[in-house]
Amino acid sequence: MRIVSALNWVGTSTLSYLDEAGTTLILLIKVVRALFKRPFPLRLTTQQMEEVGVRSLPVVIITAIFTGAVLALQTYSGFKRFGAEGLTGTVVALSMTRELGPVLASIMVAGRVGSSMAAELGTMRVTEQIDALITMATDPIHYLVVPRFVAALIMLPFLVVFADLLGIIGGYVVAVKILGTSSTIYINRTLQYLEFSDISVGIVKAAVFGMIIALIGCQMGFYTEGGAEGVGRATTKAVVGASILILITNYFLTALMF
Amino acid sequence: MSDQPIIRIRDLKKSFGSKVVLDGANLDVWPGESVVVIGQSGVGKSVLIKCIIGILTPDSGTIEINGETITAAGFRHMNVIRRKFGMLFQYAALFDSLKVWENVGFGLAQHSNLKPPRIREVAEEKLQMVGLPGILDLMPSELSGGMRKRVGLARAIAMEPEIMLYDEPTTGLDPIRGDSINDLIIQLREELGVASITITHDMISAYKIADRISMLYKGKLIYTGTPDEIRSSDNPFVQQFIHGKAEGPIRDE
Repeated sequence: MRIVSALNWVGTSTLSYLDEAGTTLILLIKVVRALFKRPFPLRLTTQQMEEVGVRSLPVVIITAIFTGAVLALQTYSGFKRFGAEGLTGTVVALSMTRELGPVLASIMVAGRVGSSMAAELGTMRVTEQIDALITMATDPIHYLVVPRFVAALIMLPFLVVFADLLGIIGGYVVAVKILGTSSTIYINRTLQYLEFSDISVGIVKAAVFGMIIALIGCQMGFYTEGGAEGVGRATTKAVVGASILILITNYFLTALMF
Repeated sequence: MSDQPIIRIRDLKKSFGSKVVLDGANLDVWPGESVVVIGQSGVGKSVLIKCIIGILTPDSGTIEINGETITAAGFRHMNVIRRKFGMLFQYAALFDSLKVWENVGFGLAQHSNLKPPRIREVAEEKLQMVGLPGILDLMPSELSGGMRKRVGLARAIAMEPEIMLYDEPTTGLDPIRGDSINDLIIQLREELGVASITITHDMISAYKIADRISMLYKGKLIYTGTPDEIRSSDNPFVQQFIHGKAEGPIRDE
């Protein structure tokens, strides 16, 4: 009996994941179709760009600085064991631009923005505001999802460039000002091995993660059921879902592009 | 009355999973007529009007608006048909990120070329009709429940609809505010000649605003008649409902 119920559980949860993945895909198709519908919701999009981009800056700045800083600290003490502490700058720069900048900034934004998208759209769903849009002959995908999707797609790359830069600065401060590495060596080693593709691939990743954050956040909000409790569930699912999807996608993007 | 109903519903069916909500509903609404659908909470009254305006898609059956079958209409065409409708939601469903005038003028901003100053004027005009002048720049969160409903009403009539749908217009309001909503509904019908479907379980409101009352029970509209016919009907289901008795053929399930 226990085996049956365990199998039952595996089956049901697999089906529900597939169901949600299907919903995500259908929403993506609807969003892409709505993207080309005139007039483009420019004002709403700039509002969202401010929300996604500008208001996320403090969180991203702190995350990036301290990530770069701790990376320098660990690399320095680890690499010192075989006398390679001069490479600290290289390690910080490559780690930040290739992986940590895009992934950490995106996960922070998923927590900040993905959750608020889910909560806002979820509240609109349970208070019938989305139905009201439909009755006024307004496509809710076009009006609500497109601006958030486009804003996240555009702003995440900017945030990630910021994160890259600040991570490197954080590393510099620790390595040079605290651990006493020569400033010239640090900067030379940073620039010497850093290639443009390290940064550009990070930017492409950021754009993809931006789409994931907006899509999952909007999906969870848009299809919310069950009042205030449902909105809470949607918010949690938006953050967890987007974060996991970012980590998985990140592996495949790395494997594909580097 | 003209020779064609403005809304004709035939054999409408809608289920959610295994739960049958509408099971062959039939209804005609004539131009300028006010039809009230009564029934217990959770019996599918909201589902009925959400099917009419295309928020929900029925499983089978047809809905015609002015002789045009909307159940077969594509999304784009459905949006053309929707502009004939105005809908008042149970809790008003105002957009809480927009000011009152942006709410009332939402349809105009989306579907007309009017400039914002002109939209404000139209919004003020509609708000005066519902007795709320001078609140253009408030946010919905600053309004009381009764005011929200009246703003919702102003928003619904801003596009000059031919058909109004009222979802529990008096629920959640005190009897006096509820009655002023009733008066507004009657006033709109008399001044603008709009046909309407109202769903409610408030019998006082139903008697007051209805030309005809129809009772929804087990997915079917089991009895339709004028308020007088309803009162004197010998249908035991209708009698139990309109007199609000726990005893009778309708049982809690």
